[in-house]
Amino acid sequence: MNALELTSPITEDRVRALRAGDIVYLSGELLTARDEAHLRALEMEAEGRPLPFELSGRALYHCGPIMRMEKGWRVVAAGPTTSARMDSLEPRFLRAFRPRLIIGKGGMSPETLQAMAEVGCAYLAFTGGAAVVAAEALPEVTGVYWEDLGMPEAVWRLRAERLGPMVVAMDAHGRSLYREVEDEVRRRASLL
Amino acid sequence: MRLLREAECVLPPDVLGALEGALAQETGEVARSQLLVILENVRKAARRSAPICQDTGLPVFFVRGRYDARMEAALSRAVARATGEIPLRPNIVDPLSRVNQGNNLGPGMPPVHFEPSDIEHLDLAVLPKGAGSENWSALRMLNPSEGLEGVRRFVTDCVIRAGSRPCPPTVVGIGLGGTADLAVALSKKALLRPLGSSNDDAALAELERELRTQLNSLGLGPMGLGGRTTVLGVLAEKANCHTASLPVAVSLNCWAARKAFARIYPDGRVRFSQEGFD
Repeated sequence: MNALELTSPITEDRVRALRAGDIVYLSGELLTARDEAHLRALEMEAEGRPLPFELSGRALYHCGPIMRMEKGWRVVAAGPTTSARMDSLEPRFLRAFRPRLIIGKGGMSPETLQAMAEVGCAYLAFTGGAAVVAAEALPEVTGVYWEDLGMPEAVWRLRAERLGPMVVAMDAHGRSLYREVEDEVRRRASLL
Repeated sequence: MRLLREAECVLPPDVLGALEGALAQETGEVARSQLLVILENVRKAARRSAPICQDTGLPVFFVRGRYDARMEAALSRAVARATGEIPLRPNIVDPLSRVNQGNNLGPGMPPVHFEPSDIEHLDLAVLPKGAGSENWSALRMLNPSEGLEGVRRFVTDCVIRAGSRPCPPTVVGIGLGGTADLAVALSKKALLRPLGSSNDDAALAELERELRTQLNSLGLGPMGLGGRTTVLGVLAEKANCHTASLPVAVSLNCWAARKAFARIYPDGRVRFSQEGFD
């Protein structure tokens, strides 16, 4: 398997060089956000208030982890959640906060794909349910925000060490593996 | 407590075997990479006694035996304890306020399906159900004239509509007949059956086989990224229904099709299994 090594924060050029189907590993900084964190971040943006963390150039991880407090926070299990739940919020979120990578599972809508192409962002599919593989590649928690949202919905800033393998499933040029597979599935279903 | 730990941290042998079988079927690099990560994750979870998936789900219990009014309270205590000790993710919230009380309990939780029986022992099963797959559950009250073809079409539509989101390759549970609520309950109960088993009823066994082949011909593949393995198995259960009804329900389970069983004897002995009893 010919895999690319990426580091977050990452440049727009590096992201635009990724192509759907590439297999990658990611190191560096990522921030988790699910439904509630998306909602709160967009509310704050609408009110003109700054976020307590920096997303620009970073990887956004659709993940609600299990964490354990020992000497500090430790990641117990942290696979991706279904990205499509964030579809109605993601285009605005991408334009407002400019993350360069989204890590999730299951893919996102054509509207999100379009916003990704506009801002220069790629979607990395991490195997759903691979929570322990992910936890081993996330050795450090460097921050937690909005803990009042509950453990899964809070924003966790994590340091990744070769998280992967992940598939570039939607690239910054409007190509989506999910859409291609869905089209093929519908074609085959029509022949049944 | 032990039942919950086994269910959350160790993938049942039938599911592991089905995933290994899926890997042998796949030739594409992307499909294989998904299954290889899945198998690596299963090994690591068992070794570390860590939950296989961070969505430790909502534990659905099935109890068969003589009713004991202390049962629900005992199961609730086990869930709260498991949440702190394993640990499980606190998933349960109020449906509207979304307030999370942190112990996976609250009104109606955990759900317990009780089947009265005059057996000496008590059979207990748990199915931790993640939301990624549960959110694609569906019920359709078919017109009886739509028949078997209508059932096949509905199940296929459900799998296509769910697409990549329930973490395929999935296990498809089908509840056929009964009332609306009974059909849904049967579709969930079907998920307890071993993969590779066929229904004793010849017509249902045929439906299971046909749908499995048909669904795997769609090309959705592991995690919806394309491939030959869209489902690990199809398991159907039925009940009789009203002459004017044909209810059909679908419950999908993600590849992390977790389940565990315990048999509690009157003398207090307990046997555990991830394959079920008899």
